[in-house]
Amino acid sequence: MSAVGQLGAASAAPPAKVERSGRRFTGYLLLLPGGLWLLLFFVVPLVSLLAASLYDPNGSIESGFKMTWHFQNFVDTMADYARPFGRSLWYSLLTTLFCLLLGYPLAYAIAMKAGRWKNFMLALVIAPFFTSFLIRTLSWKLLLSDNGFVVDALKWLHILGPDGRLLATTTAVVTGLTYNFLPFMVLPLYASLERIDPRLIEAGGDLFANPFTTFRTVTLPLSMPGVVAGTLLTFIPAAGDYINAQLLGTPKQRMIGNDIQRLFSAGAYPTAAALSVTLMAAIVVLVLVYVRRAGTEELL
Amino acid sequence: MTRAGRWIRQRLILVVALLVLLYLFAPIFVVMLMSFNEPKSKLSYTFDGFTWANWQHPCRPYGLCDAVSTSLRIGLLATVIATALGTLMAFAMVRHRFRGRAGANLFIFLPMASPEIVLGSSLLALFVSSGFGGKLGFWTVLIAHVMFCLSFVVVTVKARLTGMDSRLEQAAMDLYANEWQTFWRVTFPLVFPGILAAALLSFSLSFDDFIITNLNAGTTVTFPMFVWGSAQRDIPPQINVVGTAMFLLALVLVLGGELARRRRTR
Amino acid sequence: MSSDLVLNGISKQFSGQRAVDNLDLTVPSGSFFALLGPSGCGKTTTLRMIAGLEEPTTGTIRLGEQEITGLRPYKRPVNTVFQNYALFPHLDIFENVAFGLKRRGVKDFKPKVEEMLGLVELSTYGKRRPSQLSGGQQQRVALARALINRPQVLLLDEPLGALDLKLRRQMQLELKRIQTEVGITFVHVTHDQEEAMTMADTIAVMNGGVIEQMGSPAELYDLPATTFVANFLGQSNLIRATIIGQAEENITVDVHGRKVTVPLPRCRVTEGDVWMGIRPEKVFIAAAGTEQSNGSNQLRGAVVTDVSYVGVSTQYLVKLPWDQELTIFEQNTGARGTFGVGETVDLHWLPTHTFVLDADQDAHAGVEHIDDPGGAG
Repeated sequence: MSAVGQLGAASAAPPAKVERSGRRFTGYLLLLPGGLWLLLFFVVPLVSLLAASLYDPNGSIESGFKMTWHFQNFVDTMADYARPFGRSLWYSLLTTLFCLLLGYPLAYAIAMKAGRWKNFMLALVIAPFFTSFLIRTLSWKLLLSDNGFVVDALKWLHILGPDGRLLATTTAVVTGLTYNFLPFMVLPLYASLERIDPRLIEAGGDLFANPFTTFRTVTLPLSMPGVVAGTLLTFIPAAGDYINAQLLGTPKQRMIGNDIQRLFSAGAYPTAAALSVTLMAAIVVLVLVYVRRAGTEELL
Repeated sequence: MTRAGRWIRQRLILVVALLVLLYLFAPIFVVMLMSFNEPKSKLSYTFDGFTWANWQHPCRPYGLCDAVSTSLRIGLLATVIATALGTLMAFAMVRHRFRGRAGANLFIFLPMASPEIVLGSSLLALFVSSGFGGKLGFWTVLIAHVMFCLSFVVVTVKARLTGMDSRLEQAAMDLYANEWQTFWRVTFPLVFPGILAAALLSFSLSFDDFIITNLNAGTTVTFPMFVWGSAQRDIPPQINVVGTAMFLLALVLVLGGELARRRRTR
Repeated sequence: MSSDLVLNGISKQFSGQRAVDNLDLTVPSGSFFALLGPSGCGKTTTLRMIAGLEEPTTGTIRLGEQEITGLRPYKRPVNTVFQNYALFPHLDIFENVAFGLKRRGVKDFKPKVEEMLGLVELSTYGKRRPSQLSGGQQQRVALARALINRPQVLLLDEPLGALDLKLRRQMQLELKRIQTEVGITFVHVTHDQEEAMTMADTIAVMNGGVIEQMGSPAELYDLPATTFVANFLGQSNLIRATIIGQAEENITVDVHGRKVTVPLPRCRVTEGDVWMGIRPEKVFIAAAGTEQSNGSNQLRGAVVTDVSYVGVSTQYLVKLPWDQELTIFEQNTGARGTFGVGETVDLHWLPTHTFVLDADQDAHAGVEHIDDPGGAG
């Protein structure tokens, strides 16, 4: 019998082997064009950004820049731009927090309470995307303007003083940021809440009776993947944004994005690149720490 | 917790959700309203009076329609390229086992986790250092848009592919369809909704992008750049016409798709 | 005869794990053949190798004269009814059934599809989508979609697993009827022994990647070759015994001091320690001290420990003097009242219902658990 088996092995094995390595090769082939694009226009640029951050800051576009391994760039930019830098991280933190506070009930309602309106409400969350976000941010300028009804209402409620204003304040910038990145919080939250078996929540209610305890011990832990994804997708782009600060704030609310953009436009590449690299590095460190803590469930 | 208490709690969350939705839509109502505005002065950005004029002559502000057309061309091209390349990558990631898959996954995810200002400035640094600093324009913007759309396409198509039962393809092979026929008769039709969603997402990301575009556009003006430029000076109400039109178009597309889906499953 | 399906020395290894181990199997043309076994026994892997969806690590598969071992699935005259059916959700029922014919370039497929939909009683459902059909209807579509191609072999992978009990019974008879009508070889994979017994002409019982025993349902039930088969197909009482003598046609075994006779052909081993087996319904239960004639095997002094009344029969648990419990089914003919718990009884059965198995095996192999998940094997 084993002789026949050996024979069978001899005749069957070669084509199988050819096919398997063939399929693996296909995998690489399919990845190639897109991977090349990302390599050329994502990885290589990051490297050249890193290189640019070490150029001699005394060069100009006209005369060209020299690579002088000028690490002093980082020290100088940190001295000059520490305040907008810290402000950016602080604003994005606030934004993330508000997005979570507003986004969680919305995602929860869509996933658990909307019934047959689920798809419709989901479409409503995505719909604002299609009106250019610059135009929407300009609308906030109008909504929050000194003679707009929001300010009037807040004055009438005595939340705002008689000469208080919203536009050109931190409140306005964070409101705009929160508004712009809210869908990025809601969608991953919805995705993870929707996957929760409603029977688990019923079981929680059955065991703890108190809906708040149920939420804290069952729903919230189960939706943590969505919370992590949502906070990252909100925090990261918010930290680099400069449009809200520009349109809704004043130079006092300036974020690091404003400076990077301004410096690039002015041709101060080494300084701008150093700021960009620092921002990226800060985000990577924060995200790694955050993901590690969230992973060990020490978060919250 | 009493029955009445629970009733209120359940409605409460819906009420909060509707308020949040209202927050999301407040500026859109303003955009719609302002598209009918007849501003008293060029610098005014308050509602002064009603007119159809903006809708009748959307191209009146100098450069607006050129900018929209540039954005549309870049958006369509970027969508086609990113969707094609991204779909291939998604297939590779889901359907093929190869060394370095985890690394490839991270590599694809990274652009989504980078702030736009970093993506944009690093591309600019590349273009400048490789001598394209003076040739910034349509093509450099297109390259940038394909780059940041790619990851979103891969993620979207991948989700659809992963959810697909591979037994359907096995059934097709069992029923005399060769690899090519299996792909076009079974795999592609089933993944198509995912590809379509990815394409829509790409287009909206490309059409709406400002931060990366602004750094790499040179003298080319896309629609968001036109808006930005006019925000520094006067804001023509026609901008709101374009915004409203885009919104309505997207709404019709989404609702139409949903209706078609419901009819098919009925 | 010409198109028998022959598996020769087939093995399949999945990343070091051996799913199928040096399997030899001949499925006669036109038969209804069942591969029966618990989940993970290698039966589905065997089926998928016949379909061409997996390639064997070693061995050959032949269909009549043709070797099909390395052929792509679409080059084989073999079709499959998949577990959970795998109907194409984007095509309607008609297009699903027509799929195979169209791929093979059959021009005049329309009347054939309609005829096939008639055979499975779904003529009016052609324009519907799979999701609009019930489980039983989807099952019939999957069958029609495979059968319309007139394959030489039809493979069925747990085809009735997703149906409820009543529908499953009905479909078992339906499948048997269709197989007789079309005369195609059916290879049926299942973990449900009752399903295999109802439909198949020949059953191969698989366990741990090898075939434990193959034969007609009656053969397997009457004379199991291993403890696994004895327990997996129905129930068996297995008692430790030792062979002490051999007369011309019988063997005498010692069961804890009592002598029992077993016909020689019913013994897998002829010396040493053995398992003596007897099916629960073959054992008669009688009041203690009742005299038995005609050479029945007897065990005296058992005590009834449990009685369950299940309508057509009564199920007893009795404890033997050496503390082993036996199961006994008795038809409720009404000839005699039932025994109560605690009563002492005598047990007797015919030597021709006794079987003897090698003692080297686990007496509990193949005992089905109540919550056996079944599913893919």
